[in-house]
Amino acid sequence: MNVGLEHYLTVSAMLFCLGLLGVILRRNVLVIYMSLELMLNAANLALVAFSRFNENLTGQMMVFFIITVAAAEVAVGLALIVALYRKRQSAHVEDLTSLKL
Amino acid sequence: MALPDILFYLFAFLTLLFGVLVVANPFSRNPVTSAMFLVLTICAMAGLFVLLNAFFLAAVQILVYAGAVMVLFLFVIMLLDLKEEQRRKINLFGIVTGTGAVLGLGFLLTRTIWGGDLEQAANPRVIGDTKALGLELFTKGQFLLPFEIVSVLLLVAMVGVILLSKKELK
Repeated sequence: MNVGLEHYLTVSAMLFCLGLLGVILRRNVLVIYMSLELMLNAANLALVAFSRFNENLTGQMMVFFIITVAAAEVAVGLALIVALYRKRQSAHVEDLTSLKL
Repeated sequence: MALPDILFYLFAFLTLLFGVLVVANPFSRNPVTSAMFLVLTICAMAGLFVLLNAFFLAAVQILVYAGAVMVLFLFVIMLLDLKEEQRRKINLFGIVTGTGAVLGLGFLLTRTIWGGDLEQAANPRVIGDTKALGLELFTKGQFLLPFEIVSVLLLVAMVGVILLSKKELK
């Protein structure tokens, strides 16, 4: 069977689920953040696959913007984590519960 | 099976394998290991991008993600000086329900992908090299405003990061 859009989308979906699993199961803020990156990348893969199999470059432009925004987002998020660590001396989500009701 | 198909299965397998090792590495709970495997995941994914003829994005993926973003991650991990993540009390209920929810989502996504008839070209010819993407970005007009907004966004993010990383937050 020829590799088509479905195959790429399946890989993308599995990668997204992996990232989601990481966000849910891991307890380290940094690893959770890496899992978020994994989910973003899965979406990128789906967009590039759609772009390829619909003969339209718009999806790839979208991915271009996503990568740019993700770079900015990572910088801000990591700065937040560093600031949080300075205050709490911990990168564990279980220690960061001051917003918990 | 043609060579691109074999390469697809190879890169897809590598991407998913390294992805698993990012999230649940059975040998190490160290964030540095996760970061290294994330680099490998991103590189394997760049291979998939090349197979999809998105050459520019494959290069950008390696440069920006594997280069800049992951270096940032590693810097922060070194800065925080995290000890090996010690095992805490495992919340079995959370693990079971979380995994169940994710499996359900995966099942739904796979069913949707394979159930409907996706519209796709039989012999796609679109090539996402630098020239094509540059023409799309700068001559069609619809992406000019987003492009400028993104540049402002990067500036804002830079200022924000500098403010956040100052010694005392006011």
